[in-house]
Amino acid sequence: MAPRTLYDKIWDDHVVHQAEDGTCLLYIDRHLVHEVTSPQAFEGLRMAGRKVRAPEKTIAVPDHNVPTTQGRENPAQMPEESRIQVAALDKNARDFGINYYPVTDIRQGIVHIVGPEQGWTLPGMTVVCGDSHTATHGAFGALAHGIGTSEVEHVLATQTLIQKKSKNMKVEITGSLRPGVTAKDITLSIIGHTGTAGGTGYVIEYCGQAIRELSMEGRMTVCNMAIEGGARAGLIAPDEKTFEYVKGRPHAPKGAKWEAALAYWKTLYTDEGAHFDKVVTIRGEDIAPVVTWGTSPEDVLPITGVVPDPESFTGGKVEAARRSLDYMGLKPGMKLTDIEIDTVFIGSCTNGRIEDLRAAAEILKGRKIKVKRAMVVPGSGLVRAQAEEEGLAQIFIDAGFEWRLAGCSMCLAMNPDQLAPGERCAATSNRNFEGRQGRGGRTHLMSPAMAAAAAITGHLTDVRDLMGATV
Amino acid sequence: MEKFTTLTGVAAPMPLVNIDTDMIIPKQFLKTIQRSGLGKNLFDEMRYTPDGKEIPDFVLNQPAYRNAQILVAGDNFGCGSSREHAPWALLDFGIRCVISTSFADIFYNNCFKNGILPVVLPQEAVDHLMDDARKGANARITVDLESQTVTASDGTVFRFDVDPFKKHCLLNGLDDIGLTLEKAAAIDSYEKKAATLRPWA
Ligand code: SF4
Repeated sequence: MAPRTLYDKIWDDHVVHQAEDGTCLLYIDRHLVHEVTSPQAFEGLRMAGRKVRAPEKTIAVPDHNVPTTQGRENPAQMPEESRIQVAALDKNARDFGINYYPVTDIRQGIVHIVGPEQGWTLPGMTVVCGDSHTATHGAFGALAHGIGTSEVEHVLATQTLIQKKSKNMKVEITGSLRPGVTAKDITLSIIGHTGTAGGTGYVIEYCGQAIRELSMEGRMTVCNMAIEGGARAGLIAPDEKTFEYVKGRPHAPKGAKWEAALAYWKTLYTDEGAHFDKVVTIRGEDIAPVVTWGTSPEDVLPITGVVPDPESFTGGKVEAARRSLDYMGLKPGMKLTDIEIDTVFIGSCTNGRIEDLRAAAEILKGRKIKVKRAMVVPGSGLVRAQAEEEGLAQIFIDAGFEWRLAGCSMCLAMNPDQLAPGERCAATSNRNFEGRQGRGGRTHLMSPAMAAAAAITGHLTDVRDLMGATV
Repeated sequence: MEKFTTLTGVAAPMPLVNIDTDMIIPKQFLKTIQRSGLGKNLFDEMRYTPDGKEIPDFVLNQPAYRNAQILVAGDNFGCGSSREHAPWALLDFGIRCVISTSFADIFYNNCFKNGILPVVLPQEAVDHLMDDARKGANARITVDLESQTVTASDGTVFRFDVDPFKKHCLLNGLDDIGLTLEKAAAIDSYEKKAATLRPWA
């Protein structure tokens, strides 16, 4: 057989049917569901008198709308429309018999954090969710991507998806990262390099020494933002770290099944000589701690840089950059480290895991925030519990952070956690679009350590300066 | 789903690049549990002031474009989230076709599930149609899915590519789920085989 990429292998193992024009019916191993993109899909099933084909492979959790403040089990805490949407998920999960983690369950959290944490996400699987950041699960060597609500209904009814194969793209990060540089800086730097449409039509495989050296959590951060680079999915070949992470999780295989799974997972890598349609190589040593300055995730610069001049771009980007700077209230030539921050948000499916909280706490230990408000929203109830056990929660609270319950929160501001117009936020989430964190709100994306550094100084800050001080 | 065959209508110019789904339909409108009714909030934050007044400069608020059925847009239209509310809002407003040099993947797929035709054309063609769209209600653009062509008001014809399966479904207004369920036997046998090959999955 001709040499195949990791993507080719997973794809081949999931084709149910292939039409002459190459359109495939692809089998879906795991279907994750949240409250915002699913109600119309369940309604469609009801109207057609259909069932969920594989409820045991379907996992639902409310995350986008839920308040992250104490006492949220009380429905009165939620605006009427949010309450209706969460209640609809409760009912749909019950009526259709799917796996469910309600708000009152300690395992509740952001869907892309819960899946891996509970061992639902395994190497070599196909994973979909009505959510673009499903790419996160690619860190396990699973083919994972976001789908629309019509496709959610399609997967619920048939456990398959109609797909055409994407092209193969390789993104290699060679060498090692320098101190103070994290997975978030890798993934933002890649988008800065390729642009938000650079991956359109491709599935990206991330590889190279710097990727191998990342923890599973760091790998999830990298894959999470594959979608911001336009790719259908991002993948990282599973290795010992992956198997170690998966082992013993509630829904991971056990005993003889574990052994069989392991043998299969070890075949999941790109063969020597396999063809990639596009290759991007970045030296790990060249990556600096970065922040975004504009309203597209491709607007990335090292923290040592200055706000760019829109005239330095070409084509439609000139106008877009002008609009961005106007929206962001920034002037060309201004040093990024001079940008003052009002609010800090640490959380989201990009950076709401325990290692992210540890990295931020490391910077915050023994210090106080200078920003108006700062909040930490753990990615799941279990992350929150662990952070409390490790003493991280206390570090955040002592520094002046609000210590919240799990959910998407200010990543997209569908719940009450929102920016006011003009409010400027250092955020560890993944989108800096206009209005993303609240109408008129201004978002700068960065790593948890960089967000913590901004919280301490009150302006965008090179975290390496603070690290020097603690050594 | 409503069929898409041919469409002749007014096109609204939106030359901005990277128009994302948060712009198309901001998150506060995602709380609905229905598909319809989102048209009034299409491009909400660009279209209305915070107190709900129309912003006269915004293209869809201009008299010429209030009934636009086509959008001509900058690169990478529909990037961002997977929210199908974006095509629902476009459709509910009356937009049946979006023309750009490129679309984000999920948005592109979502359009086909809702009777909207996304047309990818080279930069020169999009520039030509953008100029056409700027002429307002006097310039009508014709989109023909069967022949895969877009005809500008001056008669210039541009051919576009579209996946044959997607085209077939859109032309006939076919429901994907119904088509897939015809292959239920293939899904059954795949599941049997997978249960022995990968019993942990
Ligand atoms: S944390 Fe943000 S990006 Fe992730 S699923 Fe929630 S809203 Fe989407």
